Amino acid sequence: MSSGQEGASSPAAGLAAAVREGRASAVEVLERHLGAIAERDPEIHAFNLVMVDEARRRAETVDGAVARGEDPGRLAGVPVALKDNLCTRGVPTSCSSKILASWRPPYDATVVERITAAGAVVVGKTNLDEFAMGSSTENSAFGPTRNPHDPARVPGGSSGGSAAAVAAGFAPLALGSDTGGSIRQPAALCGVVGVKPTYGLVSRYGLVAFASSLDQIGPFAHTVRDAALLFEVIAGHDPMDSTSLDGPAPSVLDAIPMGVEGMRVGLVSELLAGVEPAAAAAVEAAAEALTGMGAKVETTSVPATVYGLSAYYLIAPAEASSNLARYDGVRYGLRVEGEDVAAMFGATRQAGFGAEVKRRIMLGTYALSAGYYDAYYGQAQRVRTLIIRDFEEAYRSFDALLAPTTPGPAFPLGAKTQDPLSMYMSDVCTIPSNLAGHPAMSIPWGSSDGLPLGVQVMAPALGEAVMFRVAAALEGEAPPAPVPAGGRR
Amino acid sequence: MSGGWETVVGLEVHAELRTVTKLFCGCRNEFGAEPNTLVCPVCLGLPGSLPVLNRMAVELAMRVGLALHCEVRPSVFHRKNYFYPDMPKDYQISQYDEPINVGGWLELPDGHRVGIVRAHLEEDTGKITHVGGGGRIHEAAHSLVDYNRAGVPLLEIVSEPDLRSGEQARAYVAELRAILVATGASDGKMEEGSLRVDANVSVRPEGASEYGTRCEIKNLNSLRSLGRAIDHEAARQIELLEAGERIRMETRHWNEAAGHTVSGRTKEQSEDYRYFPEPDLVPVAPDDDWLAAVSASLPVLPAERRDRLAEAAGVAAGDVAVLVEMGLDDLVLGAIGAGADPRVAVNRAANEVAANLEAAAKLTVGAFAELVRMEAAGELTATQAKQVLAAMLESGGKPADIARARGFEALAADALTPVVEQVVADNPDAFERFKAGDPKIQGFLVGQVMKATKGNADGGRVVAELRRLAGLG
Ligand SMILES: [Zn+2]
Repeated sequence: MSSGQEGASSPAAGLAAAVREGRASAVEVLERHLGAIAERDPEIHAFNLVMVDEARRRAETVDGAVARGEDPGRLAGVPVALKDNLCTRGVPTSCSSKILASWRPPYDATVVERITAAGAVVVGKTNLDEFAMGSSTENSAFGPTRNPHDPARVPGGSSGGSAAAVAAGFAPLALGSDTGGSIRQPAALCGVVGVKPTYGLVSRYGLVAFASSLDQIGPFAHTVRDAALLFEVIAGHDPMDSTSLDGPAPSVLDAIPMGVEGMRVGLVSELLAGVEPAAAAAVEAAAEALTGMGAKVETTSVPATVYGLSAYYLIAPAEASSNLARYDGVRYGLRVEGEDVAAMFGATRQAGFGAEVKRRIMLGTYALSAGYYDAYYGQAQRVRTLIIRDFEEAYRSFDALLAPTTPGPAFPLGAKTQDPLSMYMSDVCTIPSNLAGHPAMSIPWGSSDGLPLGVQVMAPALGEAVMFRVAAALEGEAPPAPVPAGGRR
Repeated sequence: MSGGWETVVGLEVHAELRTVTKLFCGCRNEFGAEPNTLVCPVCLGLPGSLPVLNRMAVELAMRVGLALHCEVRPSVFHRKNYFYPDMPKDYQISQYDEPINVGGWLELPDGHRVGIVRAHLEEDTGKITHVGGGGRIHEAAHSLVDYNRAGVPLLEIVSEPDLRSGEQARAYVAELRAILVATGASDGKMEEGSLRVDANVSVRPEGASEYGTRCEIKNLNSLRSLGRAIDHEAARQIELLEAGERIRMETRHWNEAAGHTVSGRTKEQSEDYRYFPEPDLVPVAPDDDWLAAVSASLPVLPAERRDRLAEAAGVAAGDVAVLVEMGLDDLVLGAIGAGADPRVAVNRAANEVAANLEAAAKLTVGAFAELVRMEAAGELTATQAKQVLAAMLESGGKPADIARARGFEALAADALTPVVEQVVADNPDAFERFKAGDPKIQGFLVGQVMKATKGNADGGRVVAELRRLAGLG
């Protein structure tokens, strides 16, 4: 591992510094990670695809740049794992679905362009719940990913592959997408840091859409500083995404050292209700730690968050039912022939989509139907407005909010697959931030039976600087975390 | 209207907007390229792609809206969800309950006003060709799709059911096309499909206030088809009603060769499009400055041009509609402004200039005004003026020069008198009979003058000259 103070607390930043200064080669760094993947990914199945050849070529390019005296960028030579719903030019992007199993996009997602321009080495495409619909990565057409802390358990989802890849030391950084908690929940279950930025701060161009008004790309990392570094590289306006925010993205790395002294932090009572005792205890311990560092912590209420799950399961499927209509066998992906065009559409979608995707398409189609639109989709949008209003009310009194990330630690594979509602409950603490469009992140804090837990820090829109400050302060005081086999690299 | 029935027509016109690029991506908006060459991840609806609204398309929509006296409002795009192979995303991005233009009107040349419900933006679909099976999707062996057209910006202009005949519907579309062309919004070519018209046709007893059941007529590829289809469809409905039957609400296709409409799918099984606001786009809210700038940049529109010309020429607006349609109003107005006789100017423009429209651009207002002045002053006869004007259109030049080169100038007002005097001197008997009031002899004398002038004298002026010499006034 690299030397230097930064490297000690931030493996990715340390690697980049070492490569930029010529103290390490990108090729060596990559080979070390490829070795770890070869050793343990057959068991974990974090990756749908390891891009060995592309990654080697890319690492050589980075080393070549350093040799010529050029600066490859802030992520020089850092291996990054990409959730397999982020488009990579010429490289299969399957969304863990049979319907896109062999589809190769003709273009790179904006985030892929940005990390590549910053010198990162994309190491592979990670497993997910099909089209990001799920909370355990068991809804993958290519088999589940296993939790590096306990291979009998799920890594969470839907970005389970990316979370597991970081936790298992396959890559120090990964990108995922978070629609209702799909970055934060697996981050908590795998014991890593996961960030969902403010809606509109990170371009969605090239992210295969699940629910367009909720989807947001964000980083996974071992540390808050590494997550902040990757966040800064990917955030910022993109003319290819109409919902991308104008103006500069918040600068977060510079804010981290400012600490939490005098900061007002609220503990959201509605999100503490109903979680397992260990999860509640973790949040309370985190609150005490913040108080110890000079923050003013109080319990508060964000009442409308209790309707979050219901609203989410109308809005997200509604948008998904439309977003997934294009997989019809006409232009790309799977095609199953039929008697006529309508039969071909039906046969293709019947064969290509898994059960959970079909369930959500049905839910969403129903929610948008004439005569039901107002009672379902319309009502859910009104709830969304209420949630935003209640959060804004809370942020009049608090700089940041604290809550559990998940109701409990990683559950065994198969435990919830027969019970969609209990699976949906996994995201009850994370969904409100997606509905509000606000930033939220999970950092490892505490454990339950040797399994990691996370606490969630939430902030108002564009409040990333405050959020990272709180998260970094907590990270410094966190109790010893469980370490998976293979461990941190 | 026939036998106590009134025809009621409302039109939905889809106009392709003349932007450089498509509505939501940077692909060129062009007709006639190799299939599937003007495409990209966005207009192919590839996974992960996102739409970005073309500002020019919004501006053209605003221009048309203002020209149609609509209220231009903040608008929202929706998704219209339905499966069809020519739709890359299996939904169409369109405006639904918050369109950019609402509540306007269009005035026909005869002064009849047609209400405009809305004019909204949406994306076009690809173009599908069914191979085999007579070109219908159910029977085709296979189908080919060209996505060059997918994502081309369309403005859908919906009229109130204010039209009462096929003829009036034609006049409406002609006028709308003129507005679309004048505003630069569309090239208005029905034959290339850049202007597509669907007609909602119903009939009701004269004097009734309720509308009858309507049928939507599609496949109207020309103004002629539009007029014929509406009249035939109305006749079909009247025949059914008079036979005591009911009209079924349905889509019908016009068969130009057979001269009738045939039933398509019935509207009762219409799809549920599950409209919802497009989450990939933000609302469009033109601010006052933008609106004012667009409004200020609007050209003078056909109705106003007709009024302006009609007033200057002292005729009815309907009488100068053709001149405006051909873009000759500025020429005529310029000539009138330069002192030319309005009636002569309108006549020459509507006949000789209109007959050689491609050459009209060469004609300067000054030269045209001079020609009209010469004719009105009698320096040229009507016949000569037509010849001179034809020559001006053919090869340019000043009317006086052309007249001189053709020997027409000898016949200018003061040059006629000596010729008439010579004829009178040569034919004293005939002139005596003329003085005595013999009506038959006038033609002979005029003929003699014409012969002497090789037909270049103005008959009326010759008679006037003869009467003056005869002391008849
Ligand atoms: Zn395109």
